[in-house]
Amino acid sequence: MIPLLKRILRTGILTEPPPAPQPAAEIERLHDEILAILGRALTIREVDAGSCNGCELEIHALNNPYYNIEGRGIKFVASPRHADMLLVTGPVTKNMENALRIAYDCTPDPKLVVAAGDCACSGGVFGESYASCGRVDNVIAVDLTIPGCPPTPLALMQGILAAVRR
Amino acid sequence: MQFYDEPIEFEPQPGVSAPVWHGRAASGGQLWNFTTAVFRADGRLAALWGSDERQRRGGFRLHVVFGLDMGHAWVSLDLPADHPVYPDLAGIFPAANRMQRAAYDMVGIASDGPDQRPWLRHGAWPADWYPLRHDTRHEAGVGVGFPNLPSDYDFVKVGGDGAHEIPVGPIHAGIIEPGHFRFSVVGEKVLRLEQRMGYLHKGVEKLFIGADIAAGARLVGRISGDSTCAYAWAYAGAVEAACSATPPPRALGLRALMVERERVANHLGDLGALGNDAALAFGLTQFMRLKEDWLRLNARLFGHRFMMDCIVPGGVAIDLDAQALDAVVEQCYALAPEVKALRTLYDEHAGLQDRFLTTGIISADLARELSLTGMAARATGVLLDGRAYRQGYTPPPPYAALGVRPATDDRGDVAARAAVRFDEIAESLRLIRELAVALPAGATRIEPAPVAGASGLGVVEGWRGEVLVGLSFDAAGKLARVHPHDPSWQTWPAVEHAVLNDIVPDFPLINKSFNLSYSGVDL
Repeated sequence: MIPLLKRILRTGILTEPPPAPQPAAEIERLHDEILAILGRALTIREVDAGSCNGCELEIHALNNPYYNIEGRGIKFVASPRHADMLLVTGPVTKNMENALRIAYDCTPDPKLVVAAGDCACSGGVFGESYASCGRVDNVIAVDLTIPGCPPTPLALMQGILAAVRR
Repeated sequence: MQFYDEPIEFEPQPGVSAPVWHGRAASGGQLWNFTTAVFRADGRLAALWGSDERQRRGGFRLHVVFGLDMGHAWVSLDLPADHPVYPDLAGIFPAANRMQRAAYDMVGIASDGPDQRPWLRHGAWPADWYPLRHDTRHEAGVGVGFPNLPSDYDFVKVGGDGAHEIPVGPIHAGIIEPGHFRFSVVGEKVLRLEQRMGYLHKGVEKLFIGADIAAGARLVGRISGDSTCAYAWAYAGAVEAACSATPPPRALGLRALMVERERVANHLGDLGALGNDAALAFGLTQFMRLKEDWLRLNARLFGHRFMMDCIVPGGVAIDLDAQALDAVVEQCYALAPEVKALRTLYDEHAGLQDRFLTTGIISADLARELSLTGMAARATGVLLDGRAYRQGYTPPPPYAALGVRPATDDRGDVAARAAVRFDEIAESLRLIRELAVALPAGATRIEPAPVAGASGLGVVEGWRGEVLVGLSFDAAGKLARVHPHDPSWQTWPAVEHAVLNDIVPDFPLINKSFNLSYSGVDL
C-alpha cells in the first residue's frame, strides 16, 4: 500500500486546463452554464454503431488524468436510461441500426446526440451500402458532429462542451 | 515443393514478407487430406475465405491459409459455379466454423458441415443475395433498398434445475465495441457462453473490390483502429508480394518501429484497464498516463496519434530525422523503469492477484486445437511469434537481425496474459531502441505497379497476434479481392472456453485480458 501511495504522490496532478482557444473565464462561464442546464453533471452513453474502434481509443483517453473529463462532472454511464447525451461513433451498420434506435428511445428527453468521428459525421471511408446506413444522422437526429479520424481527445472535449451549450 | 508428402505442389512467394507458399488443391478430398496432415503435424488454420472467380475462371474459389512450422501455406480450391460446396474443415480445425459460415454469407460457397447458421448476415440483406459476387454490383449504395429485418439466432440452450440465460449486448456497458454474449448460468457460475457477432459488419470487403492500391491502403488501416499499423503492413506486404516489389530497408525498419510502438500503446492501455476491472483504479490512471505520453510523441513524430496511413504499399509515408529518433530512444529509456515499478505494484497487490490468478484459464492443448496465435497463445506456453526464429522458420526483415525473444507464460490465466504483456513491453522497448539506433539510411518508398491477375499474402505479428491480408488483382490492375484476417477470429472461440466454471463478474476481466477486436472480425 505504501509504495502505491508514494507513486500517487510522486505522479502529482497532471490534469491540464480545459481545451483552448477559449480563455479561462469563458470556460468557467461554460461550466456554470452546464451546471445550470444539467444540475450537477452531464452523463454520456457511448454507442459504437460501427466504428473501427479508433474513436473508442480516444474516447477512453478522455478519462485519463490529462483530460480528466470526469473531474469536470462529465461521466460515461452504462445505460442510455441514465444518460443526457448519446455519443455515437462509426457509420451506423445495418446490423446495429435497430440497437441504436432502441438506445435512442431509451434515453430520456431532453437528450443530445453527438456524432463523433468522420464515419459518424459523413459515413467516412465506409459510406452507405448494403451493410451500412452511413452517417448517424441517417438513423437518429444528430445535434452536433465532431469530425476527425479519429477525433483527438481535445476535439472530443470541445465538441461535447459545444453540444451542451446549444 | 510438397509438404507432408501430400500431392499439392507449392511455389514460394517472392519478396521480403514473411515466408509464404502458394498451392492449388485439385479436389476437395485433396484439401481435406492436406488439412488433416497439417493438423497431425501440429500446424494450424490461419485463415479461410472465398472469392468469386466466375469472370476469370468460370467458378468460385476457396482460399485456406495454414500456419506451418516454416511459414504459411496458402491453398486454393476451385469450386464449380453451379455447386460451390467443399468439405467441412471445422471437424479438423474448429476455428474454421465461423470462417466457413462467413464465407457462405459473403460469397455463397458452402461447406458440407452441419452448422449452416448465418454468421455475418443478420437480417439486412436476403439469404440468396451474396455481397461479394460480381453480379451484385459494386458501386456504393448498392443494396441500400433491402428491408432491414429483425433476425433470430439459434443459440444452444442449456437446461436443468436453476439454469438460466443472461443475454448481454450488442451494446455493452462500457466504452467498447458491440457484440452479443449469451451466458447460460447456474447461480453465478458460467455453464456456457455463446457469442454472436457481425454487428459491426460494414461491408469492408466489398469496398475493396475494384479499388486501386492507395484506396485499399486507406481502407485497410480502418479495419481495426487499434491495429492500424499491423494491417497496413500486412496489406503492403501482400501488395509488394503480388507486384514483386521490394521496399527499401529504411522503410522496413520504420514499419517495425511503428508496429512495436503500436504494441506498447495497446499493452499499456490494457494493463491499465485490467487493473480497473479488478477495482484498482490506480492502475488505470497510471497506465493511461503513460499511454497518453506515448501517443503524444506519435502525434508529434508521425502526425497521428495511432500512426494511421503512415505505412503504405512500397514503403512508408513518413520519415524520422536524427532528432526524432533520439526522442524515440529517450522515451523508451524513460518508460521502462515506470512500467517496471508498476509491475512490482501489480505483482504485490493481493486483491489484484486474487482476481488474476487461475481466472479464465486456457491450456496449451486448447490453444493448439483452436489455432490461437499471438499473445493469447504465448500466455498458455505455446512458443509462437512471427518475429522470432524457431525450428525451420526465419522471421522476415527487419526482425531477422534483431533476435526477438518471445515472451511466454504457461499458466494460461489472466495473470499469465498480464505477465506476457509486461514482458512484451520490455522487449518492444528494446526493439524500438535498436531499430532507431541502427535505422538504415536511404529512400523510404517505392511505387509498386499492380500486376494483372497476381496475388499475394502479407503476414504481420500484430499486438494481438497474427494479422493476415490476402489479395489479388484483376485484369485491369485493380483489386479483385482483399481478405483481411484478424487473430480475433481464432481467439474469440477460446474466450467461450476460458469463462467456463468462472463466475459472471469475472467475465469483463477475462475479456479484457484478451481485448479482442469486434470490428476486425465483423468486417
